[in-house]
Amino acid sequence: MNTALLEATDLAVTYASSRGPVVALQGLNARLGAGEFLSVLGPSGCGKSTLLKVVAGLLAPSGGSITLEGAPITGPRRDVGIVFQQPTLLPWQTVLDNVLLPIRTLGMDGVAGRQRALELLELVGLAKFASHYPNELSGGMQQRVGIARGIIHDPKLLLMDEPFAALDAMSREHMMIELQRIWLATKKSVVFITHSIPEAVFLSDRIVVLSERPGRTVREVRVDLPRPRNIDTMASPAFASYANELRAFFSTLGTA
Amino acid sequence: MTLSERTKTILYPLILLVVLIAIWDGAIRFFKVPNYILPTPAAVLEAMHRGYIEGLYWKHFFYTLQSMVSGYLLGCTLAFLLGCLFAESRTCERLLYPYVVALQSMPKVALAPLIIVWFGFDLASKVVMVSLVCFFPMFINTAVGLKQTNPALLDLMRAFSASRLHVLLHIKIPSAAGHIFAGLQIAIVLGLIGAVVAEFVSSTKGLGHLINAAAVNLETNTMFAALFSLAVLGILGSQAIRRLHARVVFWDRGAIAQAPLSE
Ligand SMILES: Nc1ncnc2c1ncn2[C@@H]1O[C@H](COP(=O)(O)OP(=O)(O)OP(=O)(O)O)[C@@H](O)[C@H]1O
Ligand SMILES: [Mg+2]
Repeated sequence: MNTALLEATDLAVTYASSRGPVVALQGLNARLGAGEFLSVLGPSGCGKSTLLKVVAGLLAPSGGSITLEGAPITGPRRDVGIVFQQPTLLPWQTVLDNVLLPIRTLGMDGVAGRQRALELLELVGLAKFASHYPNELSGGMQQRVGIARGIIHDPKLLLMDEPFAALDAMSREHMMIELQRIWLATKKSVVFITHSIPEAVFLSDRIVVLSERPGRTVREVRVDLPRPRNIDTMASPAFASYANELRAFFSTLGTA
Repeated sequence: MTLSERTKTILYPLILLVVLIAIWDGAIRFFKVPNYILPTPAAVLEAMHRGYIEGLYWKHFFYTLQSMVSGYLLGCTLAFLLGCLFAESRTCERLLYPYVVALQSMPKVALAPLIIVWFGFDLASKVVMVSLVCFFPMFINTAVGLKQTNPALLDLMRAFSASRLHVLLHIKIPSAAGHIFAGLQIAIVLGLIGAVVAEFVSSTKGLGHLINAAAVNLETNTMFAALFSLAVLGILGSQAIRRLHARVVFWDRGAIAQAPLSE
């Protein structure tokens, strides 16, 4: 696979804090092919969000290299979309306006954007809620607005930081299926951050496993389950063996 | 018949008011309190009549209202702009922070005589006094509110390379709206205090002046009438801000209910 969209080589990030330097990432290697769904799985505090910020161009690496389409990442790029762990919507704007935020901020065509926003709201099952305000929506619905906002400007690369972590088990499963549907429909390249093994197995083409802080790549797993995956997939022996493999691996690392 | 919640919230305080007035009146009769110590409700009503029906107090009322409104607008606008500058510029913050703390912990009303010396006996000195006392709560609340913007929202905007001004106008100021309105609410109460203090120190008009002048002649009924007028001004001002708050910051109902009553 020569056509890596994103490639991290020996990536290192050190934070300067009041207690001295904190090494968040060290020796992280990962690559993402175009149209691929990659999960980054790792224990809490191992530097997953840090990695995402580096990819988003919000944080400069202190060592190693990271390239997007062959060019080093030097700052935010308009063809990257982000979905945060919390929905982070603007409470004073309607759902539609929230989805349109990237269009307006990037100064893109408003009319076409509006059309696309309505289509995306349809896609995430919120067409009826376009004129509602975020606080009138459930957590899961807000998260779906966040996803629509993440892809409205048609980014090549979508970055998602534990987007379902705040949800209960039921809506989480529902959202996983929704996300797969959206991904199948739009064929974006996705970096999906999670610390949930079933989530990673269910969604990913490939999983990169990070060690405890400082995070480095300790394992890579290719998930060959047929798509579209559904609830039955989660009950299948193949799914269970992937999940068990990862779980066993984590327990040898001494983490959950 | 059951009364609606709304009727109850209006009716109950009114009942209490009637009871209190009755106790007030009864106590004066019973203890034979002289009028120059405590006026009867009837004497206060009579002063009110003289003041607002015959019209003697209106010029005082409007004078205080005018110094209050002008000073409030001036002080709060300046505080808002400087609060934005303070929150946006690290240099500005470093430069000003110690002075802000020092000035904040100083009782501003103590400056009243000096302000009269500098700005004269007329309206200007009252306006300056009011804007001075309005300034700090508004300034601090604006700066703190802007700084408490959700960092994830800021990251989001940075990812779209939004300009600083864009982020300030579209993200930070709306995020801080709750804090800003709390500042406006506190400022209105303090502003009224500032106006009255400035009039106490030196004035020929205004409700504060009215109280001062009446005190010399032991006209307690006039003093009470002026006090009630001030209370009305304060209540109207607070209510206006409260309404505006609910209307502008429509997305944050919970916070409005918790907005401070006065300070
Ligand atoms: N601004 C910062 N300054 C100093 N240290 C930081 C900073 N941000 C993160 N860290 C440290 O870097 C490490 C990695 O943080 P990061 O947020 O990337 O973890 P994470 O893997 O996303 O964790 P979680 O799964 O809990 O979200 C943590 O140990 C954290 O304490
Ligand atoms: Mg994180």
